[in-house]
Amino acid sequence: MEWLSILTTIIHNAVIYATPLIFAALGGVFSERSGVVNIGLEGLMIIGAFASAVVTLWTESPFLGLIAGALAGVLLSLLHAVASVTFRAHQVVNGMAINFLALGLAIYLTKQLFSGSAQTTTLKTLIPKWDIPWLSEIPYLGPMFFKTYPTSYFAVLVVILCGYLLYKTSFGLRLRAVGEHPAAADTMGVHVGRMRYTGVLISGALAGLGGAIITLTTTSNFSYSTISGQGYIALAAVIFGKWNPYGVLGAALFFGCVQALNSSAQVLGFSAYIPTAFIQMLPYLLTIIVLAGFVGKAEGPKASGEPYIKGSR
Amino acid sequence: MNFNMKKHNIGVPFVSIILAMLVGAVAMLLAGYNPVSAYASFFDGIFSSPYLMGETIRQVTPLIFTGLAVAFAFRTGLFNIGAEGQFLVGQLAAVAVGIFFKLPFFLHIPLAILAAAIAGGLWGAIPGYLKAKRGVHEVITTIMMNWIAFILTNYLIRTYMKAESERSMDIQPTASISFEWLSDLFQGARIHLGIVIALLFAFLMYFLLWRTKQGFELRAVGSNSLAAKYAGMNVKRNIIKAMFISGALAGLGGASEGLGVYGYMTISSVFPGVGYDGIAVALIGSNTSIGVILGAILFGALTFGAQNMQMASDVPYEIIRIVIAFIIFFIASSDIAKSILGLLRKIPLRSRKGGA
Amino acid sequence: MPLLRPGGQSYQGVKRMALAVEMKNITKTFYGMKANDDISFQVEKGEIHALLGENGAGKSTLMNILFGLYQADQGEILIHETPAKISDPQMAIDLGIGMVHQHFMLVDNFTVLENIILGAEPRKRMSIDYNKASKEIETLSNQYGLKINLNSQVRDISIGMQQKVEILKTLYRGADILIFDEPTAVLTPQEIQELTSIMKNLTSEGKTVILITHKLKEILTIANAVTVIRRGKVCDTLRVKDTNEVELAEKMVGRKVTLQLNKDEKEREGLVLSLRDVRAKDNRGLDALHGIDLEVYGGEIVGIAGVDGNGQSELVEVITGLRQAQSGEMILAGNNISGLHTRQIHEKGIAHIPEDRHRLGIVMDMTLSENLVLNSYFKKEFNKRGLLNEKSIKAHARKLIDKFDIRTPSESAKIRALSGGNQQKAVIAREIEGDPKLLIAAQPTRGLDVGAIEFIHRQILNERDEGKAVLLVSFELEEILSLSDRIAVIYEGRIVGIVDPKETTEQELGLLMSGRSARKETVE
Repeated sequence: MEWLSILTTIIHNAVIYATPLIFAALGGVFSERSGVVNIGLEGLMIIGAFASAVVTLWTESPFLGLIAGALAGVLLSLLHAVASVTFRAHQVVNGMAINFLALGLAIYLTKQLFSGSAQTTTLKTLIPKWDIPWLSEIPYLGPMFFKTYPTSYFAVLVVILCGYLLYKTSFGLRLRAVGEHPAAADTMGVHVGRMRYTGVLISGALAGLGGAIITLTTTSNFSYSTISGQGYIALAAVIFGKWNPYGVLGAALFFGCVQALNSSAQVLGFSAYIPTAFIQMLPYLLTIIVLAGFVGKAEGPKASGEPYIKGSR
Repeated sequence: MNFNMKKHNIGVPFVSIILAMLVGAVAMLLAGYNPVSAYASFFDGIFSSPYLMGETIRQVTPLIFTGLAVAFAFRTGLFNIGAEGQFLVGQLAAVAVGIFFKLPFFLHIPLAILAAAIAGGLWGAIPGYLKAKRGVHEVITTIMMNWIAFILTNYLIRTYMKAESERSMDIQPTASISFEWLSDLFQGARIHLGIVIALLFAFLMYFLLWRTKQGFELRAVGSNSLAAKYAGMNVKRNIIKAMFISGALAGLGGASEGLGVYGYMTISSVFPGVGYDGIAVALIGSNTSIGVILGAILFGALTFGAQNMQMASDVPYEIIRIVIAFIIFFIASSDIAKSILGLLRKIPLRSRKGGA
Repeated sequence: MPLLRPGGQSYQGVKRMALAVEMKNITKTFYGMKANDDISFQVEKGEIHALLGENGAGKSTLMNILFGLYQADQGEILIHETPAKISDPQMAIDLGIGMVHQHFMLVDNFTVLENIILGAEPRKRMSIDYNKASKEIETLSNQYGLKINLNSQVRDISIGMQQKVEILKTLYRGADILIFDEPTAVLTPQEIQELTSIMKNLTSEGKTVILITHKLKEILTIANAVTVIRRGKVCDTLRVKDTNEVELAEKMVGRKVTLQLNKDEKEREGLVLSLRDVRAKDNRGLDALHGIDLEVYGGEIVGIAGVDGNGQSELVEVITGLRQAQSGEMILAGNNISGLHTRQIHEKGIAHIPEDRHRLGIVMDMTLSENLVLNSYFKKEFNKRGLLNEKSIKAHARKLIDKFDIRTPSESAKIRALSGGNQQKAVIAREIEGDPKLLIAAQPTRGLDVGAIEFIHRQILNERDEGKAVLLVSFELEEILSLSDRIAVIYEGRIVGIVDPKETTEQELGLLMSGRSARKETVE
């Protein structure tokens, strides 16, 4: 059963590629649901990837690296929140600034810390894979899903947690209300600014975590190209998943599959038939197709992107 | 989402630049550099010789094109983040025409440039079409189109026009807009005819928007598309037109780089970045033609000067990316600059009172 | 004569009642304009107190201050005779103040239940306890006669229902002082009656109601007391039983006003517009017009009466080419205009004063002169081979500024800088100047003060007197009744009756507007 083992490898890789996307896209969900567009996910992932690399090198603890990644994301997203919420900045423009800043700052600091080199030294301690007892023994399914990084298991938990938070708790109800109709929420005593800050900071933590996971599971160092477009694919996953945590999980897994297919195209021999370039394009193309409503309509939170000015309707 | 840009006065970009340079200075101080000497070597790197001036102009040229592209779209109510991709496909089209056609220069150059404008224009018109006909917001589609352009152009170069190294073959000399006499004027700098074309298009953009019937329609659609529709204008067609023109401007930037600076196109692992910088240029230029030219000069100088700064005072080049990011941040959050301007206005009043 | 009555007489002091709300010397300035200028105002517990004033007089600002949405620059607020500092809505809510906003504050893809509990959700451990919430709300809705379906999405329920949701929102938070901001603006006369009885229910349960309105009749039927505000200042507080419509109108406007419009008799002329079985869908793709038949003749004003959302907007959009009809036929003075573009239809002689001038009528970032040629810039006099003729555009603007008395610093000023009334004058000038066969005026006076309203009514009547056909769409029944020569009532996308305003009462219109036949049913 040659093809089954190939499929197993592809799915196994897909889960690994999908994991950082899940975190970053969930971050996007929180920010956009609160009414703040966040195209700075790429930058937040970059700063997370950088911070985790440095802290893991210092402490030799990938766990502390993950935490540092999340914290760095929170700090950078604070800048986005200040601009977007407090100063009512143009959110897309400021998102661009976040992306610029993250890369500039990360490389600047890397050069400082690693004597002029534009990349960190290679990490010796990475996140080890965990085999889940019993489940990992299942033929095919085991290697696909249960012999992978703990961060992937954690991702699924976080999706469930986010789903609960958004749809079952008063925090979620308020966050969504603020993103749909901030004036209505305000008149009901919900602090629009506070909710939006929370949404953006959560997005920073999750996207930073996503970036850290890439360093600590895939690239094992930080350089200019550690994050190259994953933030934008995460953005695509937010739309593809219709601003819903479970939808985002599906979208991220799908894009993970695309990436896994792409990286094993040569091995599998079908790169002779389809240029890998076209596989690489798939997430971006599909996002456009989905947005254009050719495959179901994607409709985001209504007030997303609009600064809230008290007393306006 | 509402993407009408807030209007701001000329003070805002100015204050934003100062604030961002202060942030840059703090970053340098924290890292143990002397910001004063760093900035000094930075200005040295721009103005100290005809060669450096010529190279700065070279750096400025593509930014005028992409800045105009973004500004034109802004004027018509659209946020074109896709200048990057439009620039790439424009460059590819120009270089391809430059490589594969054999024509006298007076035909070859215009044809290559035209191909770039059309390619960039079409790349912009796709998000325009999707916005007009399917209501898809152009921010997301143009981002996605950038990545598609990035992957596609690399693929096409690799498959159809690859030279020995990771780049395309060279264009025919008849397609080049780089001229020896011009280079010699600037001690051999890579300045080329693109700057003239860029300035010409800056004027054309102004003329189109403010003096023509078409510009009237584009501005009306841009400020209030519902009112434009109510007044009987064809909003959808205008959106597609605007995005085509915007994309064409970015595509021209690609042609200018491909035909003027390099004479080929590289297979790149990262975006060239001029399209993204174009957003900053347009913002700092308040979306006017003259503002875009000034903004492009600033950003071109910053980028080029930073290279010298790295050599002369050892400050990593990336410091300038940080400064640029903060310029964008302060312009986006124009309330910060406005409140500082407000304070500045109060100070002379008070000192006047004190002096009297 | 009412003038003999001593004005400015205060009703307090005769018998001291407990005060629910007292606002003292409130001043609020926006951009150098005093929206509230030293306003003092008292509401007794258990009464319905009306706040009367023209659009822009400052009543909503005052109530937004009471509700914590704005902060007063100066002044003091007492709730139940205790000083209170209200710096955000949550504080107002905690003090027992609730507000029913003019533009409903509802999240339209949330359910009714979610909207009501938002910000005050009962919890069971971490989760929202929806069961407990629905039980509580059902109790309240029975108590006050507010029947609604808690699980519907707000966007699927009628405007009258949405208002009930708004009221329940305040009651659910235990409000005992309820502010209603222009609550009747979008209701039928029957719904207004229902609202009146709800308000009376509220006061009989000991609650206090503040009613913001600019409608005089409403005050006389609903309120106990009325405070009149003019240009940011209180000009009087009166007991309703001691006053009358004429006196209130004078106080509100500051001069004598004629409540009746002088309208000459006019023979109607030839057929201008005829619609046959016109059908169209709304933005969500649902049927909005189910076969409209309508005729408008020269020299007459046909009023379209109906509750918001019954197809009026779609009807106007179809006639003006902004919306594609699914089927049917539209004839303008003998020409078939079905399927033509907006511009072609405009050129054939239909002018259109749009219902929302900020969204549709003008481009805020353009100058007044540019706005005045917004639908004629392409004509020969303004445009030569694609280049604009700035001189003639400005000359045209100066002519219209003169003729229609548009108050502006210059023709090159951004139209944003003009007042609402002058913006509307600019729209009307542009539309009438084209010498149309048919003038469509949708909500032409919404949000304007009495002076501007009078001017605009005059212009509309002039058009009719010159033999033009006029189609008037308005939610204000008074406006429809006073201007129209014939009234067509629209309900759920159908014309359900055409009546003569001289022989019709508001009650009868109201019944038609709510889909009931005027003759058979009686008022509940």
